[in-house]
Amino acid sequence: MSDSPAVMHAETADSHHEHPAYQRHHFESVAQQFDATNFAMWLFLLTEVMFFGGLFTAYLIMRNWYYPAFVEASHQLNIGWGTANTSVLILSSFTMAMGVYNAHMRRKSGLVFCLILTFILGLGFLGIKSIEYTEKYEKHHIPGFHYSMSSFLNPASDPEVHNSYPDDKPLGLDMARHTELYFFLYFAMTGMHALHMIIGIAILGYLIVRAQAGDFTTGHITYIENFGLYWHFVDIIWIFLFPLLYLISRH
Amino acid sequence: MNFMSRENGLLSWLLTGDHKRIAILYLISITCFFFIGGALAGLIRLELLTPQSDLMASDTYNKVFTMHGIIMIFLFLVPSVPATLGNFFIPMMIGAKDLALPKINLLSWYMYVVGGILVIYTMVAGGVDTGWTFTTPLSTHYVNTNVMSTGMAIFVAGFSSIFTGLNFIVTIHKMRCPGMTWFRLPLFVWSNYAASILMVLGTPVLAITIVLVALERTVGIGVFDPTKGGDPILFQHLFWFYSHPAVYIMILPGMGVISETISTFSRKRVFGYTAVAFSSVAIAVFGFFVWAHHMFIMGISNYSMLVFSLLTMLVAVPSAIKIFNWTFTLYKGSITFETPMLYSFGFMGLFTIGGLTGVFLGASGTDIHLTETYFIVAHFHFVMVGGMLMAFLAGIHFWWPKMTGRMYPEKISQLAAVVTFIGFNLTFFPQFILGTLGMPRRYAAYPPEFQILNVFSTAGATILGVGYLLPVIYLVWSLKYGEIAGNNPWQATGLEWQTQSPPLTENFVINPVMDHEAYDYDWLENQGVKEVASVG
Repeated sequence: MSDSPAVMHAETADSHHEHPAYQRHHFESVAQQFDATNFAMWLFLLTEVMFFGGLFTAYLIMRNWYYPAFVEASHQLNIGWGTANTSVLILSSFTMAMGVYNAHMRRKSGLVFCLILTFILGLGFLGIKSIEYTEKYEKHHIPGFHYSMSSFLNPASDPEVHNSYPDDKPLGLDMARHTELYFFLYFAMTGMHALHMIIGIAILGYLIVRAQAGDFTTGHITYIENFGLYWHFVDIIWIFLFPLLYLISRH
Repeated sequence: MNFMSRENGLLSWLLTGDHKRIAILYLISITCFFFIGGALAGLIRLELLTPQSDLMASDTYNKVFTMHGIIMIFLFLVPSVPATLGNFFIPMMIGAKDLALPKINLLSWYMYVVGGILVIYTMVAGGVDTGWTFTTPLSTHYVNTNVMSTGMAIFVAGFSSIFTGLNFIVTIHKMRCPGMTWFRLPLFVWSNYAASILMVLGTPVLAITIVLVALERTVGIGVFDPTKGGDPILFQHLFWFYSHPAVYIMILPGMGVISETISTFSRKRVFGYTAVAFSSVAIAVFGFFVWAHHMFIMGISNYSMLVFSLLTMLVAVPSAIKIFNWTFTLYKGSITFETPMLYSFGFMGLFTIGGLTGVFLGASGTDIHLTETYFIVAHFHFVMVGGMLMAFLAGIHFWWPKMTGRMYPEKISQLAAVVTFIGFNLTFFPQFILGTLGMPRRYAAYPPEFQILNVFSTAGATILGVGYLLPVIYLVWSLKYGEIAGNNPWQATGLEWQTQSPPLTENFVINPVMDHEAYDYDWLENQGVKEVASVG
């Protein structure tokens, strides 16, 4: 009868076989639990790709339509800060990967150290981003809030940028107005990215506390591994944003 | 001892991780919203009884049909079969103890509830009148109704459907019991899998679209605003990129139910199992490449019209494969006419009409004549109500004995199935004629020569209402007074029928092993010899 799924014995209904405390009862094994949650994280990242995909589509279409406006508006971005931020983020992905490695190796102090470094680098990224946002605020380049087109109607009025890009021609009023769309998409895309960073940093704080308590260095690496995936994903989004917003059409 | 009697108290339900309890929570909530949406439909039909706009003012009418659409689509049709029957039975069908992510499953229900509360808030606060499609620039510039709270509701409810879809995909990949290969899965699992792909890939695009509409309304950023260089058609593309696949989210799980009932009540393996399984996936894939057929009158180029027309016709192929295969399953089967089977026949007839009229609308020429008329209203109600709702009711009756351990009363439920079928046809068939005669949708008033057909339609809606109230009454009655069902009242082959009714929290006492093909009725007969009495 053992080949039949229909067999029932009430006395075995609540029995449990031996398994580690972090294995949830509906999984057959730790390996199955890891596989399932890991796969779920990949799927979740897929939904994130689709989510950001809407913004990327809008950006690419409008860049095509209003090419001069998008080129000149992108000259307003500070490439130094952008590059610095890219390095910070790539470095944080490295420390995160080292964290995952330490969790696999069951080294608690190494794991906590790497997570704290990742946490600090994440905050550093947001700090640099806020400097860039402040620059935009000061130049009235925030769409919808007293947006000013003067840098594009009359590039000479903006000596800092004009000196680096002396070839930028004044835009006609119609085209200059479309720089606002560029800045909106810039804020929407980097803002959505920053929101993901903030959520990631908050989760990281929680993971540091749990890791300090020794929860992730006993073979239970699911959380660390899955969070690592999320962190690298947020990194990759930036790897696409940086060239699209800062680098292309810059000579 | 079963999953319902194991723990008592409200908290044991609200904090449960058990997929079966969450399915029941979903069932109760979607039923509530179904009747709210139904009441709004009643108001619409009542207003349309006479040619003048007399029951309500035109702008009230706009709000009523908008709320009807939003509630029925986002709070009923999308979660209907997957979140209730899928939630309950997918783990059982594949021999698992639960969905892979029980907490995410519960979170998904809470997201649904928050979405529902926001919709109710919208109604109390004065409603929204953009139509369920949020067409820009109407929704971003020209209306002063509650677009923001509705948008938030749909955003949140969208995440509930993302989580459900994600959970199903992970579960079907990683939680199948030994021996349960992909081609031994019941077709219900296949079709829910296909619908889950659509939920996971489509819904995030709707989410970002709603975020953009909200920003457009609050900050005025201009992505959809032509005066600032934006493009309202971009909104249409993004919106229909989700909302067309969404109609397959709404129909695919229903098709899964029909595969189960047709096979069970004709005692035959589903004809062309593999073809039916792959046709679900094909519908999901094609479903992503046809969205622009909603935009034929919105100024897209003739070449896109040509391409999207062609792609739209292609979706008819996998849908027809299903209908043909179900028909061949019936051929030489020993058919019985229990209630789920009656609803399934209703589904096949009405879905076929709905699908074929979809071909008219997919052809760009006829579409330009017929779109924005009652023809389109009739078409999608044939698919959504005649299709999905019939399938939902078929599924509820089919699995009721397993979910509750009690039989529903057979005679009155057969009557309800017939009443629903008659009421449905009387309601929506005249609308095809109204549409071809040129009656536009979304108006509270119409020329007097259309009145007679509208009277038919309203009369039909009344009958339909009775048809929907009956199951609620006798199903609730059967909870206490229904006959005890036993483990497998239909002698069906799925693993869910091989355990006790209602199931244990763990579903199976001994982890099942799948040692036969799906829909193998010979296996079941031999099994009968070995059957062991259930433990109460």
